Amino acid sequence: MGAGQISYDVAHLIGATVLMAGLQLLYQRRLFAVINTFAFQALALAAAAGWQAHVQDAPHLYVTAGIALVFKAMIVPFALHWLIEKLGIHRSVETAMSIGWTMMAGVALVALSILLVLPVTANAAALTRESLALAMSVVLIGLLMMITRRNAVTQVVGFMALENGLILAAVSAKGMPLVVEISVAFSVLVAMTLFGIFFFRIRERFDTLDINDVETYRGDRQ
Amino acid sequence: MIELLIEVAQVFLVVALAPLVTGWVRLVKARLQGRIGASPIQPYRDLYRLLQQEAVVAHSASWLFRAAPYVTFSAVWLAAVLIPTFTTDLVLAPAADLIALVALLGVARFWTALAGMDVGTAFGGLGASREMLIASLAEPAMLMVTFSLSLVSGSTAPSQIIAFVLSGSVGIEVSMGLALAALVMVAVAENGRIPIDNPSTHLELTMVHEAMVLEYSGRHLALMEAAGMVRLTLFLALIGALFAPWGIAQPGAGATEMALGLGVFLAKSFALASALAVFETGIAKMRVFRYADFLGGALLLGLLATIFLYVSEAV
Repeated sequence: MGAGQISYDVAHLIGATVLMAGLQLLYQRRLFAVINTFAFQALALAAAAGWQAHVQDAPHLYVTAGIALVFKAMIVPFALHWLIEKLGIHRSVETAMSIGWTMMAGVALVALSILLVLPVTANAAALTRESLALAMSVVLIGLLMMITRRNAVTQVVGFMALENGLILAAVSAKGMPLVVEISVAFSVLVAMTLFGIFFFRIRERFDTLDINDVETYRGDRQ
Repeated sequence: MIELLIEVAQVFLVVALAPLVTGWVRLVKARLQGRIGASPIQPYRDLYRLLQQEAVVAHSASWLFRAAPYVTFSAVWLAAVLIPTFTTDLVLAPAADLIALVALLGVARFWTALAGMDVGTAFGGLGASREMLIASLAEPAMLMVTFSLSLVSGSTAPSQIIAFVLSGSVGIEVSMGLALAALVMVAVAENGRIPIDNPSTHLELTMVHEAMVLEYSGRHLALMEAAGMVRLTLFLALIGALFAPWGIAQPGAGATEMALGLGVFLAKSFALASALAVFETGIAKMRVFRYADFLGGALLLGLLATIFLYVSEAV
């Protein structure tokens, strides 16, 4: 077993860990457990990016790994924990489909993406093919999560899981110079979505997003 | 001749060791929960005491009720013999097969469930129906694990799989990791451990295995309990042998390697038993209605293990 084989095996293993975390997201029934699983997925993604940076000798991927680690594995989960506690969101996951069926659909999506990616990339290197198949599965599972969960927070987590899949695909393919920019852009998008929930809640409570109307509810005015 | 002796040694090793492993799990659990706990050899004393006691059989019981402990214990014992513990150099190695193992465990479970229903008490029927629910989900998962392992190694015989893993031609394979996770989940369910079943409960709402053997006493109960202990040792040995076979003696090995294999086997068994105790202490019992999700997850992991073989082109 040569060094190439080991780097290949480890990349494969980390990619599969990201995918497993994606399936684990579908299995969870508590909002906090969903967020913790998402943090774990981001951690695995950071490991994948770091490993690819090491293997491909591409220092800019370390930046991607850092963004994934700091922003997605720490700040976003903490922010979501805070939001849930602050806004008193109901802590069980509301599903549109039973957990068992969702898991089955998830595995079917994994099979689908493998069937799709393998013929399309017949000429590519084995590492790229596998990583693309894994990344595509993560993307599809993120989509599935967005479809089958009713709660806004779980939908955001599904969206971010989808984004994790995109970044996994981007770091796995050699010579993708815009990875850093892409991940920053997506992170901004995620932040926007988070604010979206926040605003949504404000609107729900006060029937408006106009800050003047909110101010009249403050107790310390009188 | 020497192979036959080794086989006989292995046959008795598993049965002799099983109560100690169970006692060890109980001791570690007790210590983790802040209790002093009984000595690890307590299960031997319990079995001895039960063997001394008179077996009381209900009036409504048929011959099935009396035969079930013997059939169950023999089936589990035979299944345990199929798994290489300290050496793969066994007379029965060509006949040993993971599918046969699943079938033997199925026979044991079938008889236990029949015995549970035979007397006609409510608990027995309830336990039997739950056991069958678990079995219908755990068995396909176990077979899925078998299939993915046999796709990797080209054989369903444990000794061949071990030889293949030891030859180093399989790297850090994702499929093996997934199969391991699925097998651990199946092992938890098959042995009636937390979160699926609680081996130490007699609370009507939650018991599964205990409900089926509730009517047994004396030597019948001793056999049923011993079958459970052997099954636990069997799964620990199986996981240890398939996924961490290092140290196991290969055919043609000398006495030193045999002794080393034995030491490694004991170390692996007690390490896995301790890990089980830690896991059980850290997790809560699951609702009956969630079994399907848990074991369905195991089945899907097994399925994914097979799917990934095609991605990595190991097939």
